[in-house]
Formats: sequence, structure tokens, C-alpha cells
Amino acid sequence: MEAANVQEIRALISRHKLMDQAFTLIGILAMFVAMITLVALFVDLVIDGAPRLNLDFFTSFNSVRNPSKAGILAAWVGTTLVMLVTAFTGVVLGVAAGIYLEEYAPRNWVTDLIEINVTNLAGVPSIVYGLLGLGLFVYGLNLKNSVLTAGLTLALLILPIVIVATREAIRAVPSAIREAAYAVGATKWQCVSQHVVPYSTAGIMTGVIIGMARAIGETAPLIVIGAVAFIAYLPPVPFTGEPPAGLFDWLFAQFTVLPIQMFNWVAESRSAYHVTAAAAGVVIIVMTLAMNAVAIVIRYRYRKRIKW
Amino acid sequence: MNAVRQPRSRFAYQARRHLPERIIQAGLFLAAASAVAVTIAIVVILVYESTGFFAHVSLWDFLTDTQWTPLFSEKHYGILPLVSGTLVTTMVALAVAVPLGTIIAIYLSEFASHRVREVAKPILELLSGVPTVVYGYFALMFVTTLLQNTIMPELPGFNMLSAGLVMGIMIIPYVASVSEDAMRAVPMHMREGSYAMGATRLQTALWVVTPGAFSGIVAAYILGISRAIGETMVVTIAAGTQPNLTWNPTDSAATLTSYIAQVAQGDLPHGSVEYQSIFAAGLVLMLTTLLFNIVGHLLRKRYREAY
Repeated sequence: MEAANVQEIRALISRHKLMDQAFTLIGILAMFVAMITLVALFVDLVIDGAPRLNLDFFTSFNSVRNPSKAGILAAWVGTTLVMLVTAFTGVVLGVAAGIYLEEYAPRNWVTDLIEINVTNLAGVPSIVYGLLGLGLFVYGLNLKNSVLTAGLTLALLILPIVIVATREAIRAVPSAIREAAYAVGATKWQCVSQHVVPYSTAGIMTGVIIGMARAIGETAPLIVIGAVAFIAYLPPVPFTGEPPAGLFDWLFAQFTVLPIQMFNWVAESRSAYHVTAAAAGVVIIVMTLAMNAVAIVIRYRYRKRIKW
Repeated sequence: MNAVRQPRSRFAYQARRHLPERIIQAGLFLAAASAVAVTIAIVVILVYESTGFFAHVSLWDFLTDTQWTPLFSEKHYGILPLVSGTLVTTMVALAVAVPLGTIIAIYLSEFASHRVREVAKPILELLSGVPTVVYGYFALMFVTTLLQNTIMPELPGFNMLSAGLVMGIMIIPYVASVSEDAMRAVPMHMREGSYAMGATRLQTALWVVTPGAFSGIVAAYILGISRAIGETMVVTIAAGTQPNLTWNPTDSAATLTSYIAQVAQGDLPHGSVEYQSIFAAGLVLMLTTLLFNIVGHLLRKRYREAY
């Protein structure tokens, strides 16, 4: 009787342990589905785009008639210029806002309001930022569909990402550092600019890189503000455009960027353009994944190295 | 003389130190306040242009008409076809992201070793770093072709199914990381209590940790829904651009977002009803995602307070 009971319990235990192992297997399988998709996506792009992935692809303009000659010269130059604008505005604004919220903000309703807005903005669909850019920059400020409009729209888009990352990085700096600075007579800004911000640079950089990677791959808001897919010239180099030429003429040039170029090739009915689309996709994905990887590496190394 | 002057020069010195401080603080405050300004600008622009739209189209027609044809000669402005397209693609995405995301979260939080977690989480993050236009290409060229060649030879080239499937994979990282956060916030002593009663890992995970983290897990789903509703490029590329009131995922249909993207590509006269219609669609989109985001954040806050 007793022995039968023990056996029953043993059977029960082994059954439950088996279910434990079965779930581990299911968990690993679920992870694999995600990873295999990532690999399949990349391999598919490389295979499709391989015929166009050569130097020529980077140095020629888009071609309406000849898919085998279409390249991404205007697109990568455009991406670089737009990202310059985004970096200068979005990163400066975001880091400043993060510093304010973490170091200066008093506990009152204004601060609460700002914080609610930052959280909310992080969840606004990217295409709505496009509508904002269309209403505010294109027509409101009459900037047209220029490099400046695109850069500013993307800057607003990455603002919440940069703010949140900056705050997290600053929060990790122990208050003993601040107290030491005050003890030797530093003002608030001296303490922040000479101690807190330098010590949180790695964390801030992680957020900035992830934000920029997001901006590089973003397509929807730029479609809305009127990106042009066929541009056969580059924005003017400073002081060389139509007189009176200035340093910042390129800001007001029409733009195209890599994801827009890729989207237009995908939407082409002629399948020869799908090869160029895939090749552009490889360029985009390598850029964004490399940026993300750098951000992840910085974060992990920094977390291990710094011990306060 | 000296004794009198010294305090004054100290004040002068302090004023010299404090004025730049004030200016810097004001500048930083303005930067932070720009977040509020952006929200206000979004609301003002969407509401302003939509008011123009609703001057032409009655709200009743907008909500009940079953056709959305602003670009045809016979114009109908019923939002339902766009809403149905958005709902179907979102549902397909959830059917992928909820089970896979939850399983991955439970696995990473309760089963995986520290080592596995350190490797797996960055890879998941990479998955969310892939640009959406690339996912769109993948859905159209790879997933649709794959489905046509294997189980669904009848599948049209543009369909909501493959767009939804790829979108699901895309939002797995969000669902998994928010749920995992919630599960790890469940205190250790609850797990230990469960183990002490003789429960296995799986029993503890399913009957102690998951209920304990319930509000956080639901928050993860809701934030995932909001992502799926707002996603544009995958559906624009792979689901087709024809508004279509249907609940069948294998059909092609436009969504709120893909309508905006499609119409914005053409040259719209500023101030026309077509131009205003994308803002009306944007307003509906914004309100829906806002609602989901608020509910999601309230639920997330609840589990943070619970423990």
C-alpha cells in the first residue's frame, strides 16, 4: 500500500519535471522563432540585393528607366545631412531636457506635466510626427519639403528616447559626487557640467545612438512631409549654389533618404527594381544594426566597469 | 573701509556667479518644456485640420458610412474600412506577439540562466532595431511568397495576413521586455513560498509569478496593441492600399496609417478635403493609441506600486 503510494508520488514528480523541461524547450523554441526571423530577413535581403551591391551602387543617382544603373548617391548624402540636423537639434534638446528633469526640476505640477508629456510622446505613432511636420514645418513655417524639415521632424521623434536615456544615465551617478562638488564651492551648473554629465556620458551616448538609429530607419513621417524619391543632384555645397550662396543652402534643398529610396523601389511594379530595393535594405539594416550593436556594447561594458 | 567693502564685493561676486546659473537653468527648462510644446502642437494641428474636414463631412457619415473613397469622383468618407483594416492587422500581429512574447518573458525571467539572459536580451533588442521599411520588404517579398508556395496558393500578393505576421514578430521585443520587467518585480519570497510547498518551476511560473505580474503583463499587451495600430510601413508595403471593409486576413486592405502614407505621397493641394482627411485619420489614430497608452501606463504603475 505504502510502496504503491510512493511510486505514485514519484511518477507525479517525474511528470512535473518533464513538463518543466518541456517548457524550457518551448521557451528556447520561441526565442529561436524570433532569431530565425532576424537571420532570414538579413539573408533574404543579401541574396536578393547581391547583384547590385558594388561601389557603383553608392556613386550613382537613382534612374527612372534603368534599374540596373539606379544607385543611392542622393539617398546616402541626404541621410547624412538629415541626420546632421537631427543630431544638432534633437540630441541637444533631449540631453538638456533630461538634465533639467533630473537635476533641476522642482517637485511640482509643471514637472509632472512635462514628465507625462515625455511618456506620452514616446507612444505617439511615428506617422503622427509626420503630420506634425507637415502642418508645422512644411506649411506653418513654410520650410517646404527640405532637409531642414526632415531633420527637425525626426529630432522631435527621437526626443523622448534621448530624454529617457539621459535621465537614466544621470540617475546612476551617486549623490556623493554632487555633494563633494558642492562642498568645495561649485555652483549647480559647475557640478552638473563638470561632474554629473561627464560621468554619465556612456549612458547618454547609448540613448543618442539608439535614437539616431531609429531616425535613420524611419520612413513613414518622411513620406508625409513630402520626401522626393527621384533626385538627380546633390544639395549645394556651402558657398557654391545659386548666388547669393551661403553656408547653409543645403538645409533648404529637397531631400531623399535611404529608407524612402528603398520604399519607392519596393513599390515599383517592375520587379528589376526589387533588386535595388533589397540592396538599399542591406545598407540600411547594416547601418542600424551596427549602431544598435555599438549601443548595446557600450551599455554592457559600462555597466560592468563602473563601480561607484 | 575695507571691512565695509568686502561684503559688497562678495555680493557682486555671488551675483556674477548666479546670473549665468539662472540663464542656464532657464535654458534647460525651455528644453524640457519643449516636450509639452510638441504635444500641444500635435493636438492643435490635428484638431485644426480635422475641424476643416468635419465642416465638409458630417460626423455621422464619418462613423457609419461603409466606404472610404476620398480620391474617387464619388466621394465617401466612412472611417470603418480603415478601422477594420487596422483591427485585422493588429489582431494577426497580437496572435503572434502575445503567445511568443509571453513565453519568451516567462522563459527569460523564470527559467533561463543569467548567461542566456545576457545573450538573449540584446538579440531581442536588435529585433526591435530593424527599420520598419525593411520589415515591409520582408513581409511582401519573403513571407507572402513563402505562404503562396506552401500552404496558401490562393493568397493575393498584397494581404493583411503576412503584414500582420511580420508586425507580430516586430512587437515581440516590446511585449517580452515589459512582461519580463513585471515578472521580475514579483518578490523572491513568493517564489520561495511556492517552491517550499513542493511546486515545480513551471507551476510557480504559471500559478504564482504570472498572476502576481498580471497587470504588468496586460500592460505589455496593451502597449503592443498600440504599437501595432500605429505601425505604418509594413502595412503600406505588404497589405495593399485599397480601403476594404473586410474581416478576412487574407484580403488586401488599407489601414488608418497606410491611408495617410498613401495619400501623402501624391501632391495634395494644401487645404483641400483630401489633405484634411489625412489629419482626420491621424486624429482617430492618435486618440486610439493615446487611450491604449494611458491604460497601459496605469496598469504598469499598478504593479510597480503593488510590490
